[in-house]
Amino acid sequence: MHAPKSNFKEQAQAAFASISAVPGIAKPDPIIIANNVRRQFGGLTAVNVEHVEIQRGSITALIGPNGAGKTTFFNLLTGFDTVNEGNWTLNGEQISGTPPHKVARKGMVRTFQLTKALFRLSVLDNMRLAARHQRGESFIRGLFPAIWKKQEAEITAQAEELLTRFKLIDKKNDFAAALSGGQRKLLEMARALMVNPEIVMLDEPMAGVNPALKQSLLGHIKDLRDDGMTVLFVEHDMDMVRDISDWVIVMAEGKIVAEGTPDSVMGNQAVIDAYLGAHHDLSLEEGR
Amino acid sequence: MDFLFITQQSLSAAIGVNTIIFALAAIGLNMHFGYTGLLNFGQAGFLAVGAYSVAVSVVSFNVSLWVALLIGIVNSIILALLLGIPTLRLRADYLAIVTIAAGEIIRQVARSATFNKTLGGSDGITGKFGKEFFDLNPFTAGLDLPFLRFTPNDLWVVVVGWALVAVILFLMWLLVNSPWGRLLKAIREDEDAVRSLGKNVYLYKIQSLIAGGVIGSIGGFVYALSRQSVQPDNYGTALTFFAYTVLILGGAARVLAPIAGAVIFWFLLVFVEQMLRQAVSAGYIPEWLIGVNQVGQIRFMLVGLGLMMLMIFRPQGIFGDRKELALDARA
Repeated sequence: MHAPKSNFKEQAQAAFASISAVPGIAKPDPIIIANNVRRQFGGLTAVNVEHVEIQRGSITALIGPNGAGKTTFFNLLTGFDTVNEGNWTLNGEQISGTPPHKVARKGMVRTFQLTKALFRLSVLDNMRLAARHQRGESFIRGLFPAIWKKQEAEITAQAEELLTRFKLIDKKNDFAAALSGGQRKLLEMARALMVNPEIVMLDEPMAGVNPALKQSLLGHIKDLRDDGMTVLFVEHDMDMVRDISDWVIVMAEGKIVAEGTPDSVMGNQAVIDAYLGAHHDLSLEEGR
Repeated sequence: MDFLFITQQSLSAAIGVNTIIFALAAIGLNMHFGYTGLLNFGQAGFLAVGAYSVAVSVVSFNVSLWVALLIGIVNSIILALLLGIPTLRLRADYLAIVTIAAGEIIRQVARSATFNKTLGGSDGITGKFGKEFFDLNPFTAGLDLPFLRFTPNDLWVVVVGWALVAVILFLMWLLVNSPWGRLLKAIREDEDAVRSLGKNVYLYKIQSLIAGGVIGSIGGFVYALSRQSVQPDNYGTALTFFAYTVLILGGAARVLAPIAGAVIFWFLLVFVEQMLRQAVSAGYIPEWLIGVNQVGQIRFMLVGLGLMMLMIFRPQGIFGDRKELALDARA
């Protein structure tokens, strides 16, 4: 298990070593390619992305100041919001305009900024719910436990394995509402894995998580890549971004203003401007 | 005061025809509201469609009763689709608005003069449309025990009715404990989370609306057959809200809750009425305070007061789990 881990990280970093840090640059093996994605709310253009590609098997961070359009971009890609114009592909297949549940079935699963644990379901049921192709999910077949009991046992085993990995196994029979904020983030991530996704989209996975749990969450995100998944995440915590991401995309005012490896982006003048320079004197205004 | 009579009346009501009707209406609502979180305020409309389908088919179109029952089920499925398809993609409150209006539309159409010939206007339809059902009645004598009393026909309705309730509850129990039921409960908690996991939320909400609506229309069958008549004003909003009362009294999202709720509701209603009536006629309550004619209204006030106390001291209902209710306050 350990040898391939470093392997995946090296592979991801090697892939990025060959390309230059220019906004919209083509990647060697893109899983997502988006073109001219635009979303307007009245007069406000929330997202206006000309071209962006996400490298397969890497951890890509999407950063930017508040209101940069990161979450809106997430909502668009996953089908939770509708674009004014633009299209994007997943594995070469066009998925723009696809409803959210079909996007998820194609292998792109997201989490939410405000965690969506299903409160009055047990932790284990939260997990089992997410499994794909359940026979008992049909009304008629649901009436005959004999049809789905065996599959349910397999799903339960898979869920328990994941819960053990995410250290939630002791809580499996508790209601999800009884978990702490950080544990809910863990549950949401573990639940997403029950779908067997190819790409996991994490919207602010660290928000409201205490420092001790943060370390464990970081480890889990790295594990996702090392298990062969692609990770795209929105985050404000720069230390975390530097620590785990292979590539960083910076958004400001709906556009992609910079791309690059974590170190090169942190030193980029456009990024410093976007985060601090151009707006630092307006922060009181924005915070209101 | 004749306590034996009061007990007999109250107990007969507690397991009687009305209890069965409201239990069925509430079981349907439990599927909608308790498990899926759908706010259906037009359950009376589903009962009306069930009742009228049977009466109209048999009386106006001379269809066999058994075919008429099938027509009733098909009609209630159509109603669920009509209500659900446009509204279930929208936020939950829209279904509430549409269903409460649809329930009233159905009642107003039924009582309108335009369709007097087939639907009977405000008088409804009375006739022997339940003949085929009562021909099967094996009870030649009714039940006349000191504490329980039914006519032969009522006894037959009660026996068949409770058997139906038992079958429906068993199916419901199977369903809510299946992956299908888990999906409904998940939709109740957060639709978007369920969508993000690749589930077609819309499809399941429609299925839930149909299932609960059909159960409600079976309540309508019992309503129509037991009285051998249908009257439009029996299917007003009050029916829907009493069904909600029954459900919440028992505890939403518990399979057996509607039964407990309906039994207690009807026992209390009749018990309070009989107590008051006897107390007034025996002179324990002075005429200037409550007259004999006012008892019917006063009992609803007292039962309403009792329900308020219930909500204050046991908001989770009789079968509900207080812990679960507390979780609803989103942390």
